[in-house]
Amino acid sequence: MARTLFDKIWERHVVHQEEGKPAILYIDLHLVHEVTSPQAFEGLRLSNRPVRRPERTVLTVDHNIPTWSRSLPVTDPVSKQQIDTLEKNAADFGLRIYSLNSVQQGIVHVIGPELGYTQPGMTIVCGDSHTSTHGAFGALAFGIGTSEVEHVLATQCLQQSKAKSFRITVDGTLPVGVTAKDIILYIIRTIGTDGATGYVIEYAGEAIRNLSMEERMTVCNMSIEAGARAGLIAPDEKTFVYLQGREFAPQGEAWEKAVADWRTLPTEDGAVFDRELHIDASQLVPQITWGTSPGMVADITGQVPDPEAMPDENSKKAARRALEYMGLTAGTPLEEVAIDRVFIGSCTNSRIEDLRAAAAVAKGRKVAANVNAMVVPGSQAIKHQAEAEGLDQVFTEAGFDWRESGCSMCLAMNPDVLSPGERCASTSNRNFEGRQGAGGRTHLVSPAMAAAAAIAGHFVDVRNF
Amino acid sequence: MKPFTIHTGIVGTLDRVNVDTDQIIPKQFLKRIERTGFEDALFFDWRFNADGSLNPEFELNQPRFAGASVLLARANFGCGSSREHAPWALDNYGFRVIIAPSYADIFFNNCFKNGMLPIRLSEEQIEELFQRTKAREGYQLTVDLAQQTITDSEGLSISFEVDSFRKHCLLNGLDDIGLTLQHEDKIAAFEARRAAV
Repeated sequence: MARTLFDKIWERHVVHQEEGKPAILYIDLHLVHEVTSPQAFEGLRLSNRPVRRPERTVLTVDHNIPTWSRSLPVTDPVSKQQIDTLEKNAADFGLRIYSLNSVQQGIVHVIGPELGYTQPGMTIVCGDSHTSTHGAFGALAFGIGTSEVEHVLATQCLQQSKAKSFRITVDGTLPVGVTAKDIILYIIRTIGTDGATGYVIEYAGEAIRNLSMEERMTVCNMSIEAGARAGLIAPDEKTFVYLQGREFAPQGEAWEKAVADWRTLPTEDGAVFDRELHIDASQLVPQITWGTSPGMVADITGQVPDPEAMPDENSKKAARRALEYMGLTAGTPLEEVAIDRVFIGSCTNSRIEDLRAAAAVAKGRKVAANVNAMVVPGSQAIKHQAEAEGLDQVFTEAGFDWRESGCSMCLAMNPDVLSPGERCASTSNRNFEGRQGAGGRTHLVSPAMAAAAAIAGHFVDVRNF
Repeated sequence: MKPFTIHTGIVGTLDRVNVDTDQIIPKQFLKRIERTGFEDALFFDWRFNADGSLNPEFELNQPRFAGASVLLARANFGCGSSREHAPWALDNYGFRVIIAPSYADIFFNNCFKNGMLPIRLSEEQIEELFQRTKAREGYQLTVDLAQQTITDSEGLSISFEVDSFRKHCLLNGLDDIGLTLQHEDKIAAFEARRAAV
């Protein structure tokens, strides 16, 4: 029977399977950050267990670190304790860590691919829901809780039941000004935030194949916002070109062997998925969220929707509540919504191509007087690359704040926080109530759309900008 | 892990769809390095006013829900971030059972790892339970995991589905890691097989 990419990765990693029980699935790569791991390491200590495979475990700090100059101290004592705890755990258990002052530090989902850890056919986990990002390489990658972090540290395995399969085929050519971010926002808008719960999505079709690796990461990153266990894209020549020569990618003869193997991974013709969806990329326009759930999405050319027009009572209630929280009135054109803040960053959109797209919009222009805009590169390597290209100059001349790498205001665990009532154009992945700061109002958009909003002081259709 | 067998408790309701883990426990409480002490962080932005006083508008702050240990919720409960602090906060606050039409995968899984029972029922059954809770102050449910039933004192009896392996682990309070390590030989053989390729 023809098999899917997901089937093949799954089968390769089943260590043991008993009837009526979850499989014991082997994990190739375990990424660890400071926020969801302390209790897991403490559990290992209490039960006197070692880390089974230190060489498959990679640590970094990203979630709660400040993005001000690395020469300044971490002033929040509780964040400092969490960072120090990760350092101690790395030392005690003999694990590789990309520390705050490392030139290779960055958001865990940015540095995994950047350093070549992330490879096709792997199983990858992290105590972070956006682990789905790594699916862009044809790796089965998903977020886990802290108990499972401890489980993987101790056993290099997880107990897992196989999810169902869902293929989303994006046909056609993406119009100019419409991005990978718009594709995934449109998908979440279409299927809902629980539309893919219980499924692993495989993204396929001409528009997906035409995306760069970084754009594919943006799409897979937000699979979790549709409820999916993971998102996958078949590895191809672009994947191999991206990985070749990276520090932890196979080298020499091992590289040739690996590529030959990776070529066998894609879904075979005739493979059957539990669910299928087709989307026409040529019809898409830039997308923007208007509410407090990543499924509350509209075309930038549209208006704030009317809750009373929603299909059922639960959706009506949720939309009414969202508009009240967001301080928006039904019927307002989205291009008239004024902003206070702009955040360009996060594991969704902080890579060099994202920064180039934002800089292309910002070049020679000025951030609106009433707007505070920040750019937070996903990693130190991206920051240095951007500086080598002069993008930092473009941003700072336009009035953007140029920061150090980290998760920053995507989840606002660090000092980068919205004040109550502030409205933000954000390239991140979640617009939940209070996500970027208690009372803050988040609208998710692409990097180019965020940059354009920063200049205009309100949302604009970047295609006309 | 603490076992779960039978639980009887007051039902508290949260009548909102898509309750995300950022609402269950906001980010500022994720910096602790322990598994306990999260009870005051639960639903923090909804539960408390800016001055720290209780928000009387928030459902679970109603006196009738004091001491609730069964949370009745709406679809897609626990979506968003994978933070296990969400089930920890619910557990620390006193919830042992959650009943909703659907859950996000990671949250659902995290509950079982902490001896909590998340139950899925149909939208109609959930609506019925909302109505019953609304009608009767101090409304209680008894959840019997072995029998897979939910009952009240008025003759209601609903059966629910639960994965047989998860049920077995919960009933006996089994440690997942210990179970997996029983297959240590198979893990080692798997690793040896791959290293040889």
